[in-house]
Amino acid sequence: MAEVIMPKMGDAMTEGKILTWRKRHGERVETGEVLAEIETDKVNVEIEAETSGTLHIAVPAGQTVPVGHVIAYIDGQPASAVEATAPEAAAADAVAPPAPEPTRPPAPEPPRPRVKASPLARRIASEHGVDLSAVQGTGPGGRIVERDVLAYLERRGEAAPAPAAPEEEYEDVPLNRMRQAIARVVTQSKQQVPHFYVTAEVDMSRALELREQLQEALGEEGRVTVNDLVLKATALALQRHPDLNSQVLDDRSLRRFRRVHLGVMVATQDGLIAPVLRDADRLPLLQLAKEARRLVEGAHAKRLRQEEYTGATFSVSNLGMYEVVNFVAIIHPPQAGILAVGRAQERPVVRAGQVVVRPVLQLTVSADHRVTDGVGAAQFLVEVKRLLENPVRLLL
Amino acid sequence: MTVAEMTYREALRSTLVEEMDRDPRVLLLGEDIGVYQGTFRVTEGLLERYGPRRVLDTPISELGFIGAAIGMAMLGLRPVVEVMTWNFSLPAADQILQNAAKVRYFSGGQVSVPLVIRGPNGAGVQLSAQHSQSLESFYGHFPGLRVVAPATPADAKGLLRSAIRGDDPVIFLEHAALYGVKGPVPEGEYTVPFGQAAVVRPGREVTVVAYSRMLHLVLAVAEDLAREGVECEVVDLRSLRPLDMETVAASVRRTHRAVVVQEQWPLFGAAAEVATGIYERCFDDLDAPVVRVTGEDVPAPYARNLEKLAFPDEDRIQAAIRRVLQ
Repeated sequence: MAEVIMPKMGDAMTEGKILTWRKRHGERVETGEVLAEIETDKVNVEIEAETSGTLHIAVPAGQTVPVGHVIAYIDGQPASAVEATAPEAAAADAVAPPAPEPTRPPAPEPPRPRVKASPLARRIASEHGVDLSAVQGTGPGGRIVERDVLAYLERRGEAAPAPAAPEEEYEDVPLNRMRQAIARVVTQSKQQVPHFYVTAEVDMSRALELREQLQEALGEEGRVTVNDLVLKATALALQRHPDLNSQVLDDRSLRRFRRVHLGVMVATQDGLIAPVLRDADRLPLLQLAKEARRLVEGAHAKRLRQEEYTGATFSVSNLGMYEVVNFVAIIHPPQAGILAVGRAQERPVVRAGQVVVRPVLQLTVSADHRVTDGVGAAQFLVEVKRLLENPVRLLL
Repeated sequence: MTVAEMTYREALRSTLVEEMDRDPRVLLLGEDIGVYQGTFRVTEGLLERYGPRRVLDTPISELGFIGAAIGMAMLGLRPVVEVMTWNFSLPAADQILQNAAKVRYFSGGQVSVPLVIRGPNGAGVQLSAQHSQSLESFYGHFPGLRVVAPATPADAKGLLRSAIRGDDPVIFLEHAALYGVKGPVPEGEYTVPFGQAAVVRPGREVTVVAYSRMLHLVLAVAEDLAREGVECEVVDLRSLRPLDMETVAASVRRTHRAVVVQEQWPLFGAAAEVATGIYERCFDDLDAPVVRVTGEDVPAPYARNLEKLAFPDEDRIQAAIRRVLQ
């Protein structure tokens, strides 16, 4: 009897919701077949059978359970063994007591440890018909407290009960899963990672020209965005400045990554997610642009696989589509840096003693001071700037 | 009603004056309250004002003068006895517990004991093990007594007036560390009835219950936490017997979490009583177990550093609040 458990898809995941069962209770499943679809902090994933046998569903669809919780069992008894009993029974002597119907083995009771919950959490759960074993506790020792039940109800689509005091001048809104995950990550980052920031201005004239030329020459195939150019430049600059493409291991050492995997921040309806452009430094520009487009679309459609949004070594966040000149981003640990990209705007600049109008882009890198210092971050940023101002290198 | 800024000491003294002016049956007894004008200067100038028939310097015999005061009260006077500290009431415990607390009951209501015993209770001013005790749960245990512990000048005035005008023996617990505390005090016939706790700071995340000196520490902590966005609702019990559990429970029903702070030892203390009262009244409203903050289970040390360790301070109160908020 094999257990099917709620998988852990990424470090931040503590629980997952079973969206649908693709197989029915008691149905025969083969290794590799999709059993169920799971909703996690970030995306929806499919769970496959790791063994063949009869499926016994322990947790119905719609419920949320902690990571590691058993959601089903697969009875490993080969199907033929079950079938074999039927002909035997049929061939038995008529006066012999009838053979028992080949019955399905009863679904084993899933282990039900005593649920630790506060009295208030129990009251709210019982008022809303919530099974507390499906709620993940965040109180001391994993105790389920009020906020956990409210968050569960919110996910289930029920309005949380109104706060006790009716005359309050504010409303309390439970955070959705993604916002909870973001809150944990950014709080940890700002508390534990010593950030510092360096800003540079980039003259984007040539980069924008290149973009137009590509589109003229190749049409739809040649479509690249400003962000694609920045991503490519960033990846190439990280090759030369690997301190920023690293992570702190402990007080004594850091790990420099030989490959550059860029996290691309995407704001979705539910919150931020950062799909990863793998080997962004080695990807030819047009291929990079195509891959970036695919990942962004996948992020909006919640269709990303786990490996598509984990494992970034550095991140890029772009608010250029908004009226933003410049901003400062929070590092996503264990990464050591993130580049914040503003909007390329026409501005008066001085060239050879003359004031001319040029499209200017502001870039701000947030760096972990444990892995590099001001000079290191400046050198990296100047490299990005040079690449964007002499963009032919982005095509090599 | 106008409001005057005055110290806890002045609030007590002015109330004694107002009640002695109003009612000739009110008189004062105690050690060093007349010529010496009181160890904590609460009876300053009163011997001169009312003379030795109404301000009686007594021998050093609590059993004697408290017994005498009980007799006066039974016969119609309204004595207010000062004990130099509440620790000195212990020789008179037999009179207080066996007579004052029971006469009305024994007499079927025919004889009451309108007696007030007042003086400093508690620790924190380096008076060592014998003189730093908090006796509220000791006296609060006995039916027939009233036990109050004002934390502010206004409550000192309002509760003392209720004590003097009431017909039952009152254990009036002041605090040596509070005599100099200033605060607004309503002038005139301001009265605080017994058995009414006060929500002195509204908040929505946790109820913190305290009384006497601990209230001031709690309010300081609440102020600090408010800067972080943690809103504590602070309840001052004011009166321990009768104990206003309804105000406490109403607050806990709003906040779902509670911390109870007392200076006294942990076992069988006021905080345990309040915590149980919360469980009895609003268990299903609780989102976390009630947390107590109490003095350490040791005789009060004299040394300043050790004394500080032995009693709740702001850090410990804050840590307890954070714990209950987890």
